[in-house]
Formats: sequence, structure tokens, C-alpha cells
Amino acid sequence: MLKPLEITKKPARNYSRAVMAITWKDLAAELRSRELLSSMLVFSLLVIMIFYFALELDVKARNGITAGALWVTFAFAGTLGLNRSMAVEKDRGCLDGLLLAPVDRSAIYFGKAISNLVFMLIVEAIVLPVYSVMYNINLFNPGLLMVTLLGSVGYIAVGTLLAAISVQTRTRDVLLPILLFPLAIPVLVAAVKASSGFLLGLDMSEITPWLNILIVYDIVFTAVAFMVFDYVVEE
Amino acid sequence: MSPQSRVLKVLNVISAVLVLAAFLMAMFYAPLEKVMGEVQRVFYFHVATAWVGMLGFIAAAVVSIIYLRTQDLKWDIIGLAAVEISLIFFGITIVLGSIWARPAWGTWWTWEPRLTTAAILEMVYLAYLLLRQGIDDPERRARFGAVYTLLGGLSVPLTFVSIRLFRTIHPVIIGNGGSETMAMTGSMVATMLFSIAAFSVVFVTLFWHRIRLGQFSNKVEYLKMKASLTEFTGTTH
Repeated sequence: MLKPLEITKKPARNYSRAVMAITWKDLAAELRSRELLSSMLVFSLLVIMIFYFALELDVKARNGITAGALWVTFAFAGTLGLNRSMAVEKDRGCLDGLLLAPVDRSAIYFGKAISNLVFMLIVEAIVLPVYSVMYNINLFNPGLLMVTLLGSVGYIAVGTLLAAISVQTRTRDVLLPILLFPLAIPVLVAAVKASSGFLLGLDMSEITPWLNILIVYDIVFTAVAFMVFDYVVEE
Repeated sequence: MSPQSRVLKVLNVISAVLVLAAFLMAMFYAPLEKVMGEVQRVFYFHVATAWVGMLGFIAAAVVSIIYLRTQDLKWDIIGLAAVEISLIFFGITIVLGSIWARPAWGTWWTWEPRLTTAAILEMVYLAYLLLRQGIDDPERRARFGAVYTLLGGLSVPLTFVSIRLFRTIHPVIIGNGGSETMAMTGSMVATMLFSIAAFSVVFVTLFWHRIRLGQFSNKVEYLKMKASLTEFTGTTH
């Protein structure tokens, strides 16, 4: 237990501990139930298979389309996870409990965002090798992994905020992709272009602009989400 | 219910006259464009409506910040008005652009940066309206709406930058947008500026009307709630 004195003494440390506590709560709950990760994973694998039949991914088509197919899969699986992680909080009244905690509200945002990011990265870490095997294409490329991380950060930064909004509306889970996709377009465009740049072995000068957009997006939207999260959960 | 103020009534007439004048200028005063022919005349209204859409977009983003700072519901009415006007005018811009693009570029639609960004902006606005529809509590509706317009105001410029980059790295098949390469004579510039000015007045008039409408609908909502409350207490006695 924290003593009140400690709270006033080390606010920064206390803040990061609150963030870690929320992240840890989500990870522990997921470790026991495994409902979120398993549905995200099965869903992603199904999407990859549907891509095969829908686009007839022969050897030639694969190289050009892989980046796009991967990011569509990540984006769809991401909304699934974001929806679920907020719905769980709302349904059982946990969100109100979290809001009562004597911590800065943005700590709740960062805690949820980090756990969402971890779930998304786990799904990606499984999808990438499976995709490599199924389509016989080498996806183990440091550049691609970096783009995957940068893209996921931006996507989750906006997605966590919007999931907190959509879960409080009447239409709920239907609304999240509608709210998220138009705002996530810069991330998706930049991530797809940078990924395919690395896969096709393009020159770095052609990839750097896309990495810059990803970094700018990540920073801007993390900062804005930090600033406006209070308004989203205020009651 | 307060009647329209005198200034607003005058503005109604001025807007109508100005739009008519802009139409006549575009049709008869502006010279015939050599390459594109008569269809180029749609350009004057295309630019003007895009300008109004842009004004609405900026107004919506600024107003959303003001709302979050003040938490005063009147700014929510203003923000909604700005979004709706921007939605409609960008819609008109896209349609007018298509009419021009069909003969000029040989296609109704192309994934040109400005066009694509306008289309995505329309999606953001539609999502905003859907979001509002899903919330009953007016105060929460206003807060979420403001947060969403603010996010849209940040993401749409980035969308534009990324799509532009998307097109410049790849070979551009269709010229870099017609208006920049189009050489305009003095009377053409005059017509364009006049229609932009005319539509700016239209923007103010519509904005005013829409804010009034928003105030009325809030009043109706309030009266309905009050009526149902008195009915409720009446039956319990």
C-alpha cells in the first residue's frame, strides 16, 4: 500500500507506478482468461486466408500486396482488441472503479494504451511468421519490425482514446471502426508504404519520409490523447 | 421564439443576390477557356464552395478547443453548425469537381491528394454525426463531439501530407491538379475572387441560420423534457 506521504514526495514515480499497475491488471486478466488474444489471433489468421482466396495471391502478386494485406489484418484485429478491452471495463463497472482511484486520469489512459499495445504486438509477432510460412516470403526484416512497432503505437494511441468514447455510446462496438479508420489513415498509408519499401529493398531516402510521418503521428496523437482523456471519462 | 434579426434578413437578400451575380459572372463575364471549353466555368463555384468548406473545417476545429476550455453548450451548437456546413459544401465541391474532371481528366474520380483528402474529411464528419446520434446526454454529446472534431482537425492535414507524398514518389499520370497550371486572365481572376467573396457571405448567413436552428432545437428538447416531467408529477398526485 502507498502511504500518503509517499504520494506527495515522488509524484513522477507514483504516476508511472499507477500506469504499470493498470497495465499489469490487464495483462494478468488476459493471462487467465485469454479471451481477447485468442479471438484477435483466430480472426487475423482467418483474414489472411480470406486474402488468399480474394486476391489469388500468386508469387508475383504477393510482393506488391503483402504490406497492404498485413496492415489490413492488423487494423481489423486491432479494433477487435480495443473494443473488447474497453467493453470489459464498462460492463462490469470497472471503469468507474478505476476513475475513483486517486491517480491522474491520464495514467488510466496510458495503462490501457500500453496493455492494448502489448496485445497488438503479440498478435503481430504471431501473424508475421505464420504469414511468412504460408506465403513463402521472408518477413524477418529489422526495418519492417520497426515500422510495425511505430504503426502500432500510433494506431493504439488514437484507438484507445476512441474506444473509451465509443464504449460510452448507444451504438458501442459498431462505432469504433467508423470513428477510428478515417483518423488512422495517415498511419495506415505511411505504415503500408514504409513496410513495402523495406520488403522491396528500396533506398532509405524513399522510406524516410514515411517513417517521419509515422513518428510525427505517434507523438502528436499520444500528446493530444494525454491532454483530452480527462474530457472523455469526466462524469 | 425570437424572429430573425434585421441584419440576418438583410444578409439573406444579399447572399441570394451575390450568388446570382457570381453565377452570371461565371457564365457571361468570364471568358471561354481555350483548352477546356465551357465546362471550365464550373471551376469558379468549385473553388468558392471548397473555400466555404475549408472555413467550416477551421471553424469546427477552433470551436472544439473553445468548447473544451469553457464547457459552455453554446459552443457545441456553433461547432455542429460549422461541421454540417463544411460537410455539405465539401460534398458540393466534390460533385462540381467530378463534373469538371470527367471531360478534363477523362474520369469522374481520381485519387488525387486534394480529392482524396476531401473524401476522407467527409468520412470524418459522417463519423462525427453518427457519434452524436449515439449519445443522449447533451453535455456528454458535446464533449465527445468536440474531442472528435479536434482529432479530425489534426489528422486530416496529416492525411493530406501523406497522400501527397504517396503521389509524388510514384509517377503522376494525370497532371498535378489543373488549377495551378491553368493560366488565368484578369477577368477570370476577378470572377473567381468575386464568387469566393459571395460564398463567404453565404457561409456567414448559413452559419447564423444553423446556430439559430440549433438554439431552437435545444429549446424544444428542454421544453419536451419539462412537459414530460410535469406530466409525470401530475399523474403521481
